[in-house]
Amino acid sequence: MADVALQPNRAATAQAARKRSSLQSVLQRKSTIAFLMALPLILLIATLVIYPAFYALHLATLNKSMARFVGLGNFEFLFKRETFWLVVKQSCIFAITAVMFKALLGFIIAHFVHNIPAKGQRKWRGMLLVPWVIPPAMSTLAWLWLFDPSYSAFNYTLSFFGIGPIPWTGDAYWARFSVILVNIWVGAPFFMIMYLAALKSVPDQLYEAAAIDGANWWQRIWYVTLPMMRNIIAITTLFSLIVTFANFDIVRILTAGGPLDHTHIFATWAFRVGIEGSDIPLGASVSLFMVPILAVAAIFILRDISKRGNEA
Amino acid sequence: MAEVNLRKVVKRYDEVEAVRGIDLDIADHEFVVLVGPSGCGKSTTLRMIAGLEDISDGDIMIGGDVVNDVPPKDRDIAMVFQNYALYPHMTVAENMSFGLRLKRYPKAEIKARVDEAARMLDIVELIDRKPKQLSGGQRQRVAMGRAIVRNPKVFLFDEPLSNLDAKLRVQMRIEIKKVHQKVRTTTVYVTHDQVEAMTLADRVVVMNHGRIEQIGTPTELYHKPATRFVASFIGSPAMNFIPCRLEDAGGKVQIRLSDKIVFPLPAAQAARYQKIPRTDKLLLGIRPEHVTEASAHVEPGIEPFDAVLDVTEPMGMETLIYFTMQGAQVCGRVNPNAGAKDGAPLRLAVDLNNMHLLNEVTGAVL
Amino acid sequence: MTTLTIDKAGPTRKAKYGSMSRDRAWALRWSYFFLIIFAIFSLTPPIYMLITSLKSSAEISAATNPWWVFHPTLENYVGLLTSNQFLRFFWNSAMVSIFVVTITMLISVPAAFALARMRFWGSTVLATGVFLTYLIPETLLFIPLFKMFAVFGDFTGIQLINKWYVLLILYPTLTVPFCTWIMIGYFASIPKELDEAAIIDGASWFQTLTRIFIPVALPGLIAATIFAFTVSWAQFLYPLVFTTSTDQLVMPVGIITTLIKGDVFNWGQIMTGALLGAAPPLIIYAFLMDYYIAGLTAGATKG
Repeated sequence: MADVALQPNRAATAQAARKRSSLQSVLQRKSTIAFLMALPLILLIATLVIYPAFYALHLATLNKSMARFVGLGNFEFLFKRETFWLVVKQSCIFAITAVMFKALLGFIIAHFVHNIPAKGQRKWRGMLLVPWVIPPAMSTLAWLWLFDPSYSAFNYTLSFFGIGPIPWTGDAYWARFSVILVNIWVGAPFFMIMYLAALKSVPDQLYEAAAIDGANWWQRIWYVTLPMMRNIIAITTLFSLIVTFANFDIVRILTAGGPLDHTHIFATWAFRVGIEGSDIPLGASVSLFMVPILAVAAIFILRDISKRGNEA
Repeated sequence: MAEVNLRKVVKRYDEVEAVRGIDLDIADHEFVVLVGPSGCGKSTTLRMIAGLEDISDGDIMIGGDVVNDVPPKDRDIAMVFQNYALYPHMTVAENMSFGLRLKRYPKAEIKARVDEAARMLDIVELIDRKPKQLSGGQRQRVAMGRAIVRNPKVFLFDEPLSNLDAKLRVQMRIEIKKVHQKVRTTTVYVTHDQVEAMTLADRVVVMNHGRIEQIGTPTELYHKPATRFVASFIGSPAMNFIPCRLEDAGGKVQIRLSDKIVFPLPAAQAARYQKIPRTDKLLLGIRPEHVTEASAHVEPGIEPFDAVLDVTEPMGMETLIYFTMQGAQVCGRVNPNAGAKDGAPLRLAVDLNNMHLLNEVTGAVL
Repeated sequence: MTTLTIDKAGPTRKAKYGSMSRDRAWALRWSYFFLIIFAIFSLTPPIYMLITSLKSSAEISAATNPWWVFHPTLENYVGLLTSNQFLRFFWNSAMVSIFVVTITMLISVPAAFALARMRFWGSTVLATGVFLTYLIPETLLFIPLFKMFAVFGDFTGIQLINKWYVLLILYPTLTVPFCTWIMIGYFASIPKELDEAAIIDGASWFQTLTRIFIPVALPGLIAATIFAFTVSWAQFLYPLVFTTSTDQLVMPVGIITTLIKGDVFNWGQIMTGALLGAAPPLIIYAFLMDYYIAGLTAGATKG
């Protein structure tokens, strides 16, 4: 009887000492395994994203031959150049206009797709997403050919209406228009697909309740659809702002920044200066100017995403 | 097959103690149900037995061996989850045999065990289906099958029936009982449903706030609850608690419910409660079935009184009545022909042979 | 009296129903009308690629109706598909994409599993970091990376610039963060009980990953694979910066730098090349549209 009572006690005390150390080692093992599984990712981000980001800061303080420290000399030089301010202006116009139209167009298309009978939606959605699927470098080539100064298929068509010929990529203003147009063409489907997903997630009962409350079509969009989609609209827009602001392919292929630097944006100009012009420090300085805008957009996205997480 | 022992088991999450020192001995072949409201620590206790949660203090033994640091797979246990946790990409047979395949059992034995379990659970024709093609009850069977084929020392059930509708729950309850009668594996079963606990268990463990309130057979818990919590948790409709005092009147003990209502205690009860100070604030605990319509002939311990009913609920075989006494709502069960009507007076009788007295402050059953 | 009211109510009600369905019919007609316009807008460039690719140089320079092929010919396709140079581009692109997809999956799937299921020191910070990295565009990093690899080459003597395999190191910076992010989302949506059941069944962490998580999250895995492939296939800036010799180029850069010779644009071949370059993503899209779209929307809706 005493034996039985004693045994668990003895076991318990013997165990207590052993438990603490081995429990810790088990925990350690599990988190060590987890850390090892994430290690390649950590190394990749550290060496190929974080390190070059700081390296860019360092490069931006060197002179062209990268032999001498010039502090903020590159930035001073940029501020004095008219082209730089042109690039700043164009980047902003390009990004804001393109994103606005992409968002608007995407919203409208998503609504029309959502409107038609469900069985046809797949087909239309499939067709309308094609611009997003084609590599932008390839599709921009097609646009370049459509805009060709002498053989433009657009001008050929417009000539029947007595319009044109339009210098799509030859004139500064038209070139800006063309670049933005192509960007909208590539990016609007992304908005469309995001909005469509959001539209589908709005419960039908809400619309029915709104209809019973006497809301008309416009009021239903304003009071039901938009508030329900607010978060996804915000995230998509901010995300698109980043991508558009940092765009390279379309401008590079369509105009290469011309005519007379009137379509250059940060990325293409950084490439021109840094790689083609072999002035790596100056190129790094130019691309660093994207950071503030990207950072602001990123902070807002993070905030929205964590908000979504909290709601769920 | 094995006994399970818990010695002063504690689980702390940061500052909060979810389980505060539990001692429990579960015998071989026994079916033990842990029951309690949500957050009482019953699931945490089960998960500690399974090894899915580390224990902060104390010891857990399965088959006599301390398993505190043994990983779940080496504890030789099987678990059935609330949401079944069937692997969605595997067929029923694959789901059931996954554990055996991981342990590299011979194919023939795996097949034999799966077939046997499937026959026992009556899911032979479902063996090649995916979980998505099964109904809730069928999924539940498969989840049990997955536990059975392992032939473990202990079965652990974590609220396995709460995702089923009421009718299916009753059916599966019987099913689980049948399976246990066949395989006789030691079982720990967690539920918040006291009916499930009462119907399934050899012994029920009532938990509250991370502590064990009472351990006992279903009948013990029902008739001899140790605390107010157990008394109110077990049984539906719940036990009534009416504020009262004990008085001495001419050498006899009587119980006073209000200015007007006073009952003499039956001899057995009087002897039992003799020592309670007359000034103590007490609660009369009485189950609804012991508040009935008054009958013509007098029986010892059954005392008549008048009440005005607030609400009546005709259930068919009986009518539940509700009235107020000393600010407490009291439920009784009367014959459907007793003439109970909403808002009408009715002569009732209380069976004091089955009364409980509780201390109003401590909640202890006296 | 009663008959009168009933008579009156009948037709008005009918008219109301009629107007409602008429509204709907008009809304539908307008929807189709605008969808057709948008579809034309969307499909014009690719269709024009196809039209031009079927024309001979003579027909292109003849400036006939550009929207019609009068003498269809496959000479552009034959020309490109028998050109060693073009096949080399295609081969390079295929190699790069396949390797990058493999590398991406090998890095991001275990990492996502660790981040979604196994807490370790700094894991929440890392998850946020992964998402932030995905927001960093390649146009921000190409200059420092270029210099880094140049310095690395000078230092170690291993010359990576102007070798196609340098892209295997660069592309994962674009694909891994996004793929990890959406895999975290897919893994996190798997009920916790499923891995607990697996653990009780005796599976190790690695077996839980390979035998439960990967099969269950297969749609996410396919979406991530498609994403990694299309990004690798379409990437233009990195190969433009890092590779110059014609035998090291991938499709997009190869077509643009070799088919455009000075001011002479061989549009028939350029469009054929562009179409062939667009074909792999388009084919994948045609067959796996739902996965493609799931991956697209997962970035913002998961996690």
